[in-house]
Amino acid sequence: MFRCLASLLFTLVLAVAFAHPTAHAQNSQSAAAKSSDEKSATSKTDEAKSVDTSRGNVENGKKLFVSYGCYECHGRQGQGGGGAPRIGPPAIPVAAATRYVRNPTGQMPPYTAKVVSDQELSDIFAFLKTIPPPPRAASIPLLNQ
Amino acid sequence: MKKQKNSVNRREFLKGAAGTVAAASTVAASLVTNPTPAAATPAMHANASAPTLAKVSPTEAVSIESITVDRPGSDFMVDCLKSLNFEYLCANPGNSFRSLHESLINYGGNKAPEFITCCHEESAVAMGHGYAKIEGKPLMVCVHGTVGLQHASMAIYDAFCDRVPVYVILGNFPDAAMRFGQVDWTHSAQDPAAMIRDFVKWDDQPVSLQHFAESSIRAYKIATTPPMMPVALVAGHELQEDPIADGANLSVPKLTMSSPPAGDSSAVDEAARMLVAAENPVLVTDRVARTPEGLARMIELAELLQAPVVDRNGRMNFPTRHALNHTERAGAAVGSADLVMGLELTDFWSAVHSVRGIRNPVVQSAVKPGTKFISVTSNDLYLKSNYQDFQRYQPVDLAIAADAQATLPSLIESVKQQMNDDRRRAFADRGAKHASAHQQTMQMQREAATAAWDASPISTARLSAELWAQIKNEDWSLVSNCQFVSRWPLRLWDFSKHYHYIGGEGGYGVGYGAPASVGAALANKKHGRLTVSIQNDGDLMFAPGVLWTAAHHRIPLLIIMHNNRAYHQELMQVQIMANEHNRGITRASIGSVLTDPAIDYAKLAQGMAVHSEGPISDPNDLGPAIKRAIEIVKNGEPALVDVLTQPR
Ligand code: HEC
Repeated sequence: MFRCLASLLFTLVLAVAFAHPTAHAQNSQSAAAKSSDEKSATSKTDEAKSVDTSRGNVENGKKLFVSYGCYECHGRQGQGGGGAPRIGPPAIPVAAATRYVRNPTGQMPPYTAKVVSDQELSDIFAFLKTIPPPPRAASIPLLNQ
Repeated sequence: MKKQKNSVNRREFLKGAAGTVAAASTVAASLVTNPTPAAATPAMHANASAPTLAKVSPTEAVSIESITVDRPGSDFMVDCLKSLNFEYLCANPGNSFRSLHESLINYGGNKAPEFITCCHEESAVAMGHGYAKIEGKPLMVCVHGTVGLQHASMAIYDAFCDRVPVYVILGNFPDAAMRFGQVDWTHSAQDPAAMIRDFVKWDDQPVSLQHFAESSIRAYKIATTPPMMPVALVAGHELQEDPIADGANLSVPKLTMSSPPAGDSSAVDEAARMLVAAENPVLVTDRVARTPEGLARMIELAELLQAPVVDRNGRMNFPTRHALNHTERAGAAVGSADLVMGLELTDFWSAVHSVRGIRNPVVQSAVKPGTKFISVTSNDLYLKSNYQDFQRYQPVDLAIAADAQATLPSLIESVKQQMNDDRRRAFADRGAKHASAHQQTMQMQREAATAAWDASPISTARLSAELWAQIKNEDWSLVSNCQFVSRWPLRLWDFSKHYHYIGGEGGYGVGYGAPASVGAALANKKHGRLTVSIQNDGDLMFAPGVLWTAAHHRIPLLIIMHNNRAYHQELMQVQIMANEHNRGITRASIGSVLTDPAIDYAKLAQGMAVHSEGPISDPNDLGPAIKRAIEIVKNGEPALVDVLTQPR
């Protein structure tokens, strides 16, 4: 009857949350934006070749978002939660996001080319793009109580 | 205590013969003349009353005096336990403490303590855990020293890590010569408390009633002196069941509660000097407020210094909407501090470090170079070695080994004395900045809550907002851990009273949530508070029988299921592993999800006569369902609303 919840994600995300306002406050500078800044000089051309988001298949992306586990941390509408940031609709260019997912930071697990193809990532980001931006809090009475 | 001759008769009478005098005398006789047959015949099976009756000769008939007991030792145990003013006893019945059980309900009148029937020992202890955090004092739990304690042990560990007192009595059959069947033997241990000794503060196995008296009072005192922790006391079978010897000179010692350890005055003055001198002190709290007084003193200290508070929420330490509550911008607050004071902060290290990455985590200091640290914690006074809940060693500039709540009054006094007008002005200036940062942060929380607002399954932000709308005008008490719903209640609601929040498991042992909520609701009952829990589905499945306990004892509790149909924490962990191992990233759900079939929590609750609704997946249906459930709870009963939710 004893189950250990000494969970990596749980404890480390707390630690991150304490140290980095970014982990808590989801509208500050994104992890992906930061990592893409660091690498932009070397990888810009590669990524331009490999990812063409205009051809993303939204329906397939929606399915993959669940089956590849993105929803577990980012929520079914990419709203974020428990330490993972909001990614729907994506606030960062799809090319940068794709490069980030391949070689991520923090508690985001890597999705290498061996397990997810560029096309599949295009599909996922195409789906995320279809998620409408949320309303302003001021327009929701339940958030003003 | 010396064995009384007649107790052999009594034991076998009850045990072997399902209540027949004849069987008792038969077994007793064989014990005296030839022990072998008695040992070979399992006492439990000796219930063929008619043939046995036939065998009894008139000379073997026993006197009524020898088979009844006017005043068993367990009555005196009740005298001792009553002197401790326990309101409740939570237990699953067990024969190793049957005499104590009977004494409590008959001799003790089933009042103070009143017996609360539990369906699992883990539930009994966790109820005590939740109860103590609301009521500020322990309740009593009885378990078999063997099988019952094995069930209870995880809950005892959680309470230990959470520094919460639970008073556990272990039944045992210490005298091997007085064990008369397989069950007695399997329910006996040389040293029952051995298996929990690493995570209780103290235990004892009294060998006489007077010994029991002294140890029962001592155990209470030890458990309730900070750092508070569970204690265990063995109640031996013979000690309970044998009659109190004629002329026994027994007395119940008086309980004198120890004052909690407060900080040494020179160390407290030095802490105050450092706080007053600092340009940007930050107070990080975890388990400070043991009582409402602790919360009030935390507010006083923070306001005096105009210092932001980062609350790690082990208790309700600081109001969420206070301008100095900077929990939701913890990184920024700690990152700009020149002094961090940790108050009953279990994990100081992680409050001042950042850990990034999974495979090769990069550890960095989260504070500016030169930032000073002060710690005030009673954890410095007590540590066990085996279980590693003491966390990473964090060097500090000043360590005060004392209970933080008890130290706050003298610290506040010293700060007042050392403040001058210049510092007062500086504090006021920084206070204005902190207030505006707090406002901005709160606004960010509200904006973040809008994402997936209309989603189905329902977002945890929406669930929290809907729930808040229904309870905010009540005298409410949220008794579940907020971590699993992305801390939304703490980010959105107005927590201001001591009983508004009680933190979490302590040891992150799953299975705590449901019973601790019922225990907290039991404590809140007499205060007429509306107790609310956001109940994780996986947690409830550990021991759902506690719903029956709530129904049976009319414990009012509003249970809102956070039903994400998974052991979601583990699902994420396995996902991380699959990704890291570069394979099978679609298979992480194997072993971690609770689907196929989906569990119908409303039906589960109905089966135990708990009002229920759901599963609710449309966010627009949620508010009305919660409203209906609250009506039931206000009538003094538990109610459950099953809500299909987003993962976190
Ligand atoms: C185990 C949890 C987890 C899973 C599964 C996961 N992510 Fe993440 N993701 C995170 C965390 C945590 C971060 C933030 C990392 C940091 O703070 O450095 C993140 C960051 C991101 C970012 C950067 C967002 C920004 O604004 O900085 C993107 C894009 C992203 N994830 C996409 C995905 C996609 C697409 C998937 C599925 C293919 C996925 N994630 C699966 C946890 C996860």
